[in-house]
Amino acid sequence: MTSTPALHVVPETPAASSKLSIRSVSKTFVQGSGERVQALDRATLDIGKGEFVCLIGPSGCGKSTLLHLIAGLERPDEGEVLMDGRPIVRPGPDRAVLFQEPSLFPWMSVLANVEFALGLVGAPKRERAERAMGWLEKVHLARFAMAQPHELSPGMRQRATLARALACQPEILLADEPFGALDAQSREILQRELQTVWLETRHTFVFVTHNVREAVFLADRVVLMSPRPGTFVAEHRISSPRPRAFEDVLLSKVVVDVHDHLLKEVEQVVATEEGPRPDLA
Amino acid sequence: MSRPRRVLDQIWPRVAIVAVIVLLWWAVYASGNWSEVLVPSPTAVWDSLVSNLGGSNGLLMVAYRSLFRLFGGLVLAMLIGTPIGLACARWDVVQRSVGSLVAGLQALPSIVWLPLASLWLGFNEKAVLFVVVIGAFPAIAIATAAAVRMVPPYLVRTGRTLGARGSVLYGRVVLPAAYPGYLAGLQQAWAIAWRALMAAELLIAGARGLGHLIARAWAQIDTPLIMATMVVIMLVGVAVDGLFSWVDRRVRRRRGLLVSS
Repeated sequence: MTSTPALHVVPETPAASSKLSIRSVSKTFVQGSGERVQALDRATLDIGKGEFVCLIGPSGCGKSTLLHLIAGLERPDEGEVLMDGRPIVRPGPDRAVLFQEPSLFPWMSVLANVEFALGLVGAPKRERAERAMGWLEKVHLARFAMAQPHELSPGMRQRATLARALACQPEILLADEPFGALDAQSREILQRELQTVWLETRHTFVFVTHNVREAVFLADRVVLMSPRPGTFVAEHRISSPRPRAFEDVLLSKVVVDVHDHLLKEVEQVVATEEGPRPDLA
Repeated sequence: MSRPRRVLDQIWPRVAIVAVIVLLWWAVYASGNWSEVLVPSPTAVWDSLVSNLGGSNGLLMVAYRSLFRLFGGLVLAMLIGTPIGLACARWDVVQRSVGSLVAGLQALPSIVWLPLASLWLGFNEKAVLFVVVIGAFPAIAIATAAAVRMVPPYLVRTGRTLGARGSVLYGRVVLPAAYPGYLAGLQQAWAIAWRALMAAELLIAGARGLGHLIARAWAQIDTPLIMATMVVIMLVGVAVDGLFSWVDRRVRRRRGLLVSS
């Protein structure tokens, strides 16, 4: 998947170790104005079990659409999205989603939000409170268990959402720019916490962002998507050992490398699709 | 600011406006340009209020009967309006048919139902209740439908990704999310019901309530009692409205929907 022409070739069978297999998926939306917008065009990607993949790309490149397809909130027009080789047909707690807006239920306390999720995955009633508290402790929110969501800061709300997602004990975690609305400092704290939690749980993780630094810090593999209609145009494996630190000079170098690499790929794609563009050179 | 000071700040403007009105009224009365029968003195109204308070046909008992009828009517209106609103929000075809009918009913002032109601049901309590219910249920139905339709999609999406479906998604996510909008509809419905009730009681002698008390005083040209009853109607209205506002504020504050000091 490093050169463009190979991108649309669908492998005969998904890689044996694939947890998640996106196979030649296309999706078109009809907007309110009647205009048809193709969000994804024959996108193909395999994600291994326990792999942390960051999807980056310009806004409107179909990243969120792809995430909704994996979550089962939408169905593809063409192609298929497979989990463990089986098509995804509906949403389920085996795939937890972190949206950009922290989507806690405002009429429930933080604890009740997590308990509600536990109830949906069939946790026995008398265990729920204790288990929910356990997850809140993991994200350092135990003190705020009885608070209402609006009493928390945006960063804390997003942590509570993470606790609720983890409580479902999903097989896959999906995140749609979950830290996009936070200030730089909260963002960095949450990225660190997410790394710590992930090192413990090792979920298969699909994380959408447009921040290369965030992607490099978190991911095993950074995958770049093209502008609409979205396809995967390049990828970069990050082999830096974990836990990673933002202060790490080597990591900063990787960020620059990934940035350059991805930029080159974009230029190549633009060049092959639209002919030479001198202003990009 | 200290707490007594804050309470005082709440109270004095209310007291002041009442004092101003009473003073103006007194001035009109004292000028002697109007007959005492048409414009009784504030003390005459006060005396009438006090002397008519007790007894089985006194203001308190009558106000209680009116309130009882009001809440009876409201409960019936909720039982009719809520399912209609939910159905309108759920099925477009119901919205287009029943929904537009309800919107039409909403445009009818409830008191215009009184002639039909009295012919169908007689000059009695039932006719009054009919007018109250038919006046209040459209507001509840319309608010319910709007509240459900305006539930933020991201909350429904979140519920679905957590594995909630069908009745669980509806009961634990959609309905609670719609609750503040529903309450607002109820608040509107009670005000409509209260007006409809007073008008109906005034015109239908069979239903003894505050409205009927005014009708009786009207027949006897007992202006002090008319005014005293009006004051009671206003006070009851303010109290019930305060109750609804209090519940509404509590729900909103709990959800962080209230920007307050």
